[in-house]
Amino acid sequence: MDILRIADKEFKSRLFTGTGKFNSNEMMAEAIQASGSELVTVALKRVDMKGNNDDMIDHLNIPGLNLLPNTSGVRNAKEAIFAAQLAREALGTNWLKLEIHPDPKYLLPDGEETLKACYELAKDGFVILPYIHADPVLCKKLEDAGASAVMPLGSPIGTNQGLITRDFLKIIIEQSNLPVVVDAGIGSPSHAAEAMELGADAVLVNTAIAVAKNPKQMGRAFKMSVEAGRIAYLSGLAKVSAYAEASSPLTSFLS
Amino acid sequence: MSFYHIHEQYDWDEVSVSIQSKSAFDVENALNAVNPDLEDFKALISPAAASYLEQMAQKSFQLTQRRFGKIIQMYIPLYLSNECANGCIYCGFNCKNQINRCTLTKEQILEEVKHIKSMGFEHLLLVTGEHPKKCGVDYVEEVLTLLKSEFANLSIEIAPMDLEDYYRLKKHGLNTVYVYQETYNKHRYPEYHPKGKKADFKYRLETPDRIGQAEIHRIGLGCLLGLEDWRTDSFYTALHLNYLEQKYWKTKYSISFPRLRPHVGSFQPNHPINDRQLVQLICAYRIFNQELEISLSTRENAYFRDHMMGIGVTSMSAGSKTEPGGYANPDKELKQFDVSDDRTSDEIERVIRNKGFEAVWKDWDQCLVM
Repeated sequence: MDILRIADKEFKSRLFTGTGKFNSNEMMAEAIQASGSELVTVALKRVDMKGNNDDMIDHLNIPGLNLLPNTSGVRNAKEAIFAAQLAREALGTNWLKLEIHPDPKYLLPDGEETLKACYELAKDGFVILPYIHADPVLCKKLEDAGASAVMPLGSPIGTNQGLITRDFLKIIIEQSNLPVVVDAGIGSPSHAAEAMELGADAVLVNTAIAVAKNPKQMGRAFKMSVEAGRIAYLSGLAKVSAYAEASSPLTSFLS
Repeated sequence: MSFYHIHEQYDWDEVSVSIQSKSAFDVENALNAVNPDLEDFKALISPAAASYLEQMAQKSFQLTQRRFGKIIQMYIPLYLSNECANGCIYCGFNCKNQINRCTLTKEQILEEVKHIKSMGFEHLLLVTGEHPKKCGVDYVEEVLTLLKSEFANLSIEIAPMDLEDYYRLKKHGLNTVYVYQETYNKHRYPEYHPKGKKADFKYRLETPDRIGQAEIHRIGLGCLLGLEDWRTDSFYTALHLNYLEQKYWKTKYSISFPRLRPHVGSFQPNHPINDRQLVQLICAYRIFNQELEISLSTRENAYFRDHMMGIGVTSMSAGSKTEPGGYANPDKELKQFDVSDDRTSDEIERVIRNKGFEAVWKDWDQCLVM
């Protein structure tokens, strides 16, 4: 069976999802279930960290679904480390999507601060999935820093522009010893399938499911596309060639 | 260099003429622009764009949903004091108005907080008049310290302060500062603000620069719609926003649309903006800036607010009282203005849900800042 392993967990589904932008917690839960996702990221800023009842967290109580708290909102390593420690206590998980984007306009990640925080948090026992640019060198550095996977972006968060970083994602996938999860910018099931065909280990999709007219159906569509892309990758895709394969080769006289 | 120097480069009358002269062709270009610029914004707020309102609303709806999702963020104001040393001729808190004045004590604040918390709010906007002695930085610092553990997000709409004051308040959990220029018309500004510190146009205009320098997370801008030509004032606001985004790139920005309402005293707006025009303005901002948070308070009526959900607007207040102590002990005498949407927060949450959105009560956490 084709299992994805990250740190101490195994995943049958290679579609990770998010919790933002849905029109209700009920709809969010239905869409996540339909997607078959087993890992869902939750923004700390949306969660009741004081441990009272949290309606969103209650709705995520779905068998087989794991929480991946994220630090969206922090602007540097120091803030990320502080938030991560509180999240571990409040949510009872040491898994963390490390997200440091000081620029609130395009929400682009700060590689320097992410690397710094990753070193510290790994020492502190966190399972870290850092959200980063499609920067192959940074990915290797994060490996050294103790990350458990890398999450390079396809395009800026929420833009639905697909894999505009495609060529760099290919290098990351080629070089990485860690699972590669393509995060951000995946706007349609075909983008997700494309990432999986490239050899990504998983994708994370939120906006495209949450803002669909029918999030539940869209969750299902992404499930199917991720599975299709993965099977295609494992089956060995036919090579794309710039030249036509002539039916009467010119050099056959040599054999 | 501050925004004051940018402001000086523009002539109010020339800007007005330029907006008025935008054509249908300019509006269509603006609607099709990938990254609309300030000239596009002028076209979108121009009279020529009035007949494109539906297209603007459709585009605004799509952009808002993609960026913010199907949600409306909820906040509530807490009026701490109606003491004011200014004499703004349009305001109910004008120091000349014979109204009862008060500044809430810690006990009174906690009493208000009990009511506010019972409604479910986590985002709180603290409001005071502008009276440095009675509700200045020391007082606000005490209030923030008192409330930091009670709320996920604390904002202020109070008198502009010096840079050091913003640094001080940031340490006590301050997330957002709202400061409205009221009008960017430098020559007309003194007529509306004859007295007190607020009479200093330059100091007020440079306030967002100081807030940005202090690295406060979010700055709320706006002008008081009705004082001067709303199109020209809105262009200056957009210019201000552009400048701030470039310079203080770690800061989030939000915009509000206070329209003048009836109040104690006799001021009536010289340049009222009607509902259609306000929709046009809100859509223009959204098309111009996809990341901008757009807030609509209970100054607007229920019908208008209900229809604006999703068409650009991302944040709303509910159940608001505009007098100090009003949640625990309503007292009409102390109000700054009458709210036009007096539905409870529960009622508004139901409307939001029925409209296909989720009311988000918490979208920040004090744990995200050091």
